[in-house]
Amino acid sequence: MIGVFAFYLFSFVLLMSALFVISARNPVYSVLFLILAFFNAAGLFVLLGAEFVAMILVIVYVGAVAVLFLFVVMMLDINFSELRKGAMQYVPLGLVLGGVLLAELITLYRAWPPAAMNEGGALDVAEKIDNTKALGNILYTDYVFPFQVSGLILLVAMIGAIVLTLRVRPGVLRQVVGSQVSRKASDILKIERVSRGKGVDHV
Amino acid sequence: MMFENVMNFLMTPPGQVLLMVAFLVCVMVFVAFVTYAERKVLGAMQRRQGPMTVGPFGLLQPFADAFKLLSKETIIPIQANKPVFFMAPILILTLAMVAWSVIPVGAQLVFANINVGILFLFAVSSLGVYGVIMAGWASNSKYAFLGGMRSASQMVSYEVSMGLVIVCVILCTGSMNLSEIVLAERTWWMQLLLLPMLVIFLVSILAETNRAPFDLPEGESELSGGFMVEYSAGTFVLFFLGEYMNMVLMSAMTTVLFLGGWLPPFGIEALAFVPGPIWFVLKICAVLFFFFWTRATFPRYRYDQLMRLGWKVFLPFSMVWVIVVAGALVFMNALPQ
Repeated sequence: MIGVFAFYLFSFVLLMSALFVISARNPVYSVLFLILAFFNAAGLFVLLGAEFVAMILVIVYVGAVAVLFLFVVMMLDINFSELRKGAMQYVPLGLVLGGVLLAELITLYRAWPPAAMNEGGALDVAEKIDNTKALGNILYTDYVFPFQVSGLILLVAMIGAIVLTLRVRPGVLRQVVGSQVSRKASDILKIERVSRGKGVDHV
Repeated sequence: MMFENVMNFLMTPPGQVLLMVAFLVCVMVFVAFVTYAERKVLGAMQRRQGPMTVGPFGLLQPFADAFKLLSKETIIPIQANKPVFFMAPILILTLAMVAWSVIPVGAQLVFANINVGILFLFAVSSLGVYGVIMAGWASNSKYAFLGGMRSASQMVSYEVSMGLVIVCVILCTGSMNLSEIVLAERTWWMQLLLLPMLVIFLVSILAETNRAPFDLPEGESELSGGFMVEYSAGTFVLFFLGEYMNMVLMSAMTTVLFLGGWLPPFGIEALAFVPGPIWFVLKICAVLFFFFWTRATFPRYRYDQLMRLGWKVFLPFSMVWVIVVAGALVFMNALPQ
């Protein structure tokens, strides 16, 4: 009973916040609703008995990716109503893309009934084996090559992003810890022995 | 008979709710005394007395402060974005409270003994950054905005090495369940391997909770109050409570991951007669003392130094250390089954 209630609650909030993501006028609101959507998706994963995936979704998407989104959107100073003026000319393209996605979803629905409709959720193994372990077993044995390849692709993307954004500006003062630490007292400090009543005249 | 009735009632849903509220009230009171302890410890370290007029030894000072703040007027900037402005402090405090649901304060003494407890804690602590960012943006003030931005990048940076530290602990214990992590057998060389990770974790939680020497988001000298500069009275109390509750939470996390949770220290069996929760609280207090100690000792980091420490020192080191720990476990044939 409470499971069904939770399912409808999470789904409802998920769909509503997804709707607000695209309809909110303020882009910061859009990102905040996107975060809410991620969060509710994580709730749905928990209901399916996939708590590991749910936590990873929250940690990676909500905790890291969306923070950067929010960061960028808040820093941008763009007049979004100006940007929206020419939006109508993309309607045909949007309709085509939406139609393709919808057709795919319908095919998927016909081929494989959604897991929530099954009694006991999609992962029947959840009772016998901890689903973190189940996932690890599959990922590191049957699918080890696709898994490694996706890791490599991410690595390439990361290096690419660094290379594209790295610029060396001349004239910027930087702290070089190595040179600071390796500096000796004799390089910067000169000790003068001052005899009484004479003072120092060559400083 | 009476006792059994009470126990049976506590097992029912309303009883559980009552228990949770009671637990949270305990945590809140503890947090109040943490602020008192901080001022006393700082006072002692700076050769002053700290709070001492309200109540015996100044013990009622935190409550006096809370009443003072709550009786003030809540000022909302006209240009502020009101829904987000109010949501930010509520979010911070709520997250700090939610995380307590998975913390085992004793054997079997935990509200939700879930399989992925450590991930849950990590997820909740990584959400805390939203409260800060939202507060900074919604206040519509330069200082608050800069404070929020600093804090966001700081928290995201240090989370990465925190995650790798947690991976090391999970490798050694073979479970993500917090109670099992506490109970897992640890050999002396595992403890030795985890020691550098403990140091990294302690420094990272300082950065994660925006405490000195990493309190750049609220650096008084340059950003006045940082992201909470526009908050006053009640909303400020929520931020303040949230911050200290996060400190206590992070100390609890350190206790669970590294200090053996509710078990007596150093595995001394003779001390097992003391109830587990008392050891747990004592260990939390020890970590909190470390927080105060660093605050009294170290000057604030510069922003680029902070980023350098996080990305160029901690991240590579903890990454290498994950490999070292995994290699050592395989070599010693001690991988947990």
